[in-house]
Amino acid sequence: MASPQVVGASIAELADGVRARKWKARELVESFLDRIHRLDGRLGCYLLVDADGARWRADQVDAAVAGGRDPGLLAGVPIGLKDIFVTRGLETTAGSKILRGFVPPYESTVSTRLAAAGAIALGKLNMDEFAMGSSNENSAFKPVRNPWDLERVPGGSSGGSAASVAASLCAGSLGTDTGGSIRQPASLCGVAGMKPTYGRVSRYGVIAFASSLDHPGPFGRTVEDVAALLEVIAGHDACDATSIPSPVGRYRQACAAGLAGLRVGVPEEYFQAGMDPEVEAAVRGAIDEIARAGAKLVPVSLPHTQYAVATYYLVCTAEASSNLARYDGVRYGHRTAEASSLEELYSKTRGEGFGVEPKRRIILGTYVLRSGYYEAYYGKALRVRRKIADDFRAAFSKCDVLATPTSPTAAFKLGERNADPLQMYLADIYTVAPALAGVPALSQGCGFTRANLPIGLQLIGPPLGEEAIFRVAGEYQRRTDWHKRLPKDPS
Amino acid sequence: MSVDRYEAVIGLEVHVHLASRSKIFSWSSTAFGEEPNSCTDPVCLGLPGALPVLNRAVVDAAVRLGLATCSHIRPRCRFARKHYFYPDLPKGFQISQYEEPLCEGGAVEFRVAGEARRVRLTRIHLEDDAGKNIHDDSGVSFVDFNRAGVPLVEIVSEPDMHSAEEAAEYMRALRTLVRTLGISDGNMEEGSLRCDANVSLRLRGAEKLGTKAELKNINSFKHVREAIEHEIRRQAAMLDRGEAVVQETRLWDPERGLSQSMRSKEHAHDYRYFPEPDLPPLAVDQDWIERARASLPELPENRYRRYVGGLGLSGQDAGVLISEREIADYFDAASKVCAAPAKKLANWIINEVLARVDDARALAAADLPVPPTALAELVDLIDKGTLSGKLGKEVFARMWQEGRRAGEIVASESVAVVSDAGLIEETCKKVVAANPDEVARYRGGQSKLLGFFVGKVMKEMGGKADPKSANEILRRLLG
Repeated sequence: MASPQVVGASIAELADGVRARKWKARELVESFLDRIHRLDGRLGCYLLVDADGARWRADQVDAAVAGGRDPGLLAGVPIGLKDIFVTRGLETTAGSKILRGFVPPYESTVSTRLAAAGAIALGKLNMDEFAMGSSNENSAFKPVRNPWDLERVPGGSSGGSAASVAASLCAGSLGTDTGGSIRQPASLCGVAGMKPTYGRVSRYGVIAFASSLDHPGPFGRTVEDVAALLEVIAGHDACDATSIPSPVGRYRQACAAGLAGLRVGVPEEYFQAGMDPEVEAAVRGAIDEIARAGAKLVPVSLPHTQYAVATYYLVCTAEASSNLARYDGVRYGHRTAEASSLEELYSKTRGEGFGVEPKRRIILGTYVLRSGYYEAYYGKALRVRRKIADDFRAAFSKCDVLATPTSPTAAFKLGERNADPLQMYLADIYTVAPALAGVPALSQGCGFTRANLPIGLQLIGPPLGEEAIFRVAGEYQRRTDWHKRLPKDPS
Repeated sequence: MSVDRYEAVIGLEVHVHLASRSKIFSWSSTAFGEEPNSCTDPVCLGLPGALPVLNRAVVDAAVRLGLATCSHIRPRCRFARKHYFYPDLPKGFQISQYEEPLCEGGAVEFRVAGEARRVRLTRIHLEDDAGKNIHDDSGVSFVDFNRAGVPLVEIVSEPDMHSAEEAAEYMRALRTLVRTLGISDGNMEEGSLRCDANVSLRLRGAEKLGTKAELKNINSFKHVREAIEHEIRRQAAMLDRGEAVVQETRLWDPERGLSQSMRSKEHAHDYRYFPEPDLPPLAVDQDWIERARASLPELPENRYRRYVGGLGLSGQDAGVLISEREIADYFDAASKVCAAPAKKLANWIINEVLARVDDARALAAADLPVPPTALAELVDLIDKGTLSGKLGKEVFARMWQEGRRAGEIVASESVAVVSDAGLIEETCKKVVAANPDEVARYRGGQSKLLGFFVGKVMKEMGGKADPKSANEILRRLLG
């Protein structure tokens, strides 16, 4: 048997090797566990490593292969789960002290589907507390460091999910994207990540931040890896009333389908004066490459883009203040040591358990939803949100996919933006509008800065237009080798 | 007491548990009285990551209630989150309906002391129930979440009621209605039917409504009456003293028979309602409404009108029959096969059958000893004269005890009235011959003595002679 080379390997290579008995799932797991053991102390990707569970499941996959059964599309592929997916019997914290010690009695739909397809969860990945943040510095436990430069942030909130794939501490991972939390860290870490159409992937068992904006989705080194993971996790779920019943697309095939006849829109609002010149150059270069590959470029306009960030922060804080109400210390997670009244139990538990950012958003959201102010804030935000969705609808009458930058800058330094939440919120400027509209969007690498930091290209599609996105992403990736560059292992 | 100077204005918010097998947004059982926290799941426990999925059977029940009260069913409605902190509320919010309830308008019709009343409804909406806090003697509190997520409809009335009695009758009418529709067991002891009352007073003849107080925690018909009567007296006394009634929420304490202030208007909750993002808008199309309409049983008030107008029953008897769905069903099933007048049948049900059951629901039991057709047979035998009323009661008692039919008892044990004219005539002749003195006195004008002869004949025949024939024959023989 060949010994598996897990660094930089694609999901398809690893799974094919398991099915063809080139290597065992157990060997893959051991290789990744060894890397985690050696390297994650410097990177901080994992909040919990389930070594025993992973070994046990790997042995199950190997037994299936030995018995002539196909363990599934993701046979033996070691993956990581953002710690926002509940896992039966494994502590799940959403990056918050208030959930410390919470061991869920049930499993999220998507992690169940991954396991059923043969994937092996290695553990739970670090994140900004309750997915609130763009740098992963809001984790209540430890920051995640960017594998390309340990002094820099990996992006957030799915920082652990992006960094672990970039550093080959898992072959693929799941994250969630509420305003950019998959795409922005994917961009900053130089991997591919997709926020599918709202409702395409079940939210059952995904700890809620902002229900109408939360999108679970995959990270991979390549767009094919993302496509494979999405094929497994997408599809209707009777446990999520907002889940879409239509059949799942053939995303892997789309990656190789070419660009013939495809129109790619370039929204002017995403290329404004003053944007980072390195980012602009890389993204414009990628768009030129896509045009050379056969796509027709179309200038389009999304006129309500400038209102997206404000709208986003009204909607997400309102919903967060509601979703975080359940953390009261009565049933699970943190409870204050001593309280002399019910009121005190609540205020002390929540005061001790939540970090600064959830507190800020709970207070903002509570303000937004006050009786008598609903119309002025939340009601108005919902109306603007419809205008933003209308912008996309109009644009997609002229093109099939939009191409934009993912993040206005490459990875910034730890601590650099901590003091100014508004500055931090602007990291989401290109990613929030697709989240508000619920349309699918993917980020993939399209270059590096002079400081060797990855730059991301965002491809946005119409509702359920994932296949069109994968056609562009697959073709662009075939013509470039940004995805083949790997960060050096930290010493 | 000065109560008479004032008119009470009362509106009720009634919560009814809908009888679905699983919860409104999840799959665990709604069974009552199970081991604490045994009927739970991640959704009703509000575990992180759990999501609600609407139980359509629950919507159907509420649509039926809406149609039965002539409410407007919204073709598209929404759920909303209502936020407050309490240990029995696992999500930190209740999923209810706010700006877009399922049903709007409509009315409930009933009678108070025979007089027709109509209370308009503001709305009927769906929501989930909370769990239950249990306080230990040692000062420790527990929470049982079996009730969390049990489906509720909240039925909000307009302030159309003016007395405690009227409010209690309105509650009764709602209970009968939901039980007739089969959408709830309406069991107040198990908390399936609960009510909050809004009460205000104004001077008789005044237009403007007074300041209201909301009474919470009213869980029986008796408490509805007591709590509202108490509140009317309390407010009247305040107004008499020239004090202003404070807008507040008061908790009714049935043990002590008084209410206590919970919170004033200034401290009212801000529930921060907003549309529930986890549930798409609920669409109820015309097909659904028509199917629900077609499935409606005959409603209690329609039954009442049929019994009084069509069958000639007294309002009082009709009122008893419609008070429980099972009684009316029993009456209808019996009357379908009974030739005797409906009035007689109704009397037998009210005086004999209901005397033998504690709970009307027993009348629907498959092993009921006297099913409706059996009662109809008995009443017919009496009506035809085969059994006297007195014998009929004896036979009924045996039917109830032994589960046998009247015809069977009559045939096998010859308890029927003897109507063989020859046998009666023979006995009459014997009696006349044996009592010459009485015959002479009768013929001398003491016609009251007929009873003496009838009694003798009855005694001879073991009480089974048809009294009508015996009377006729004796009159002829003596005349």
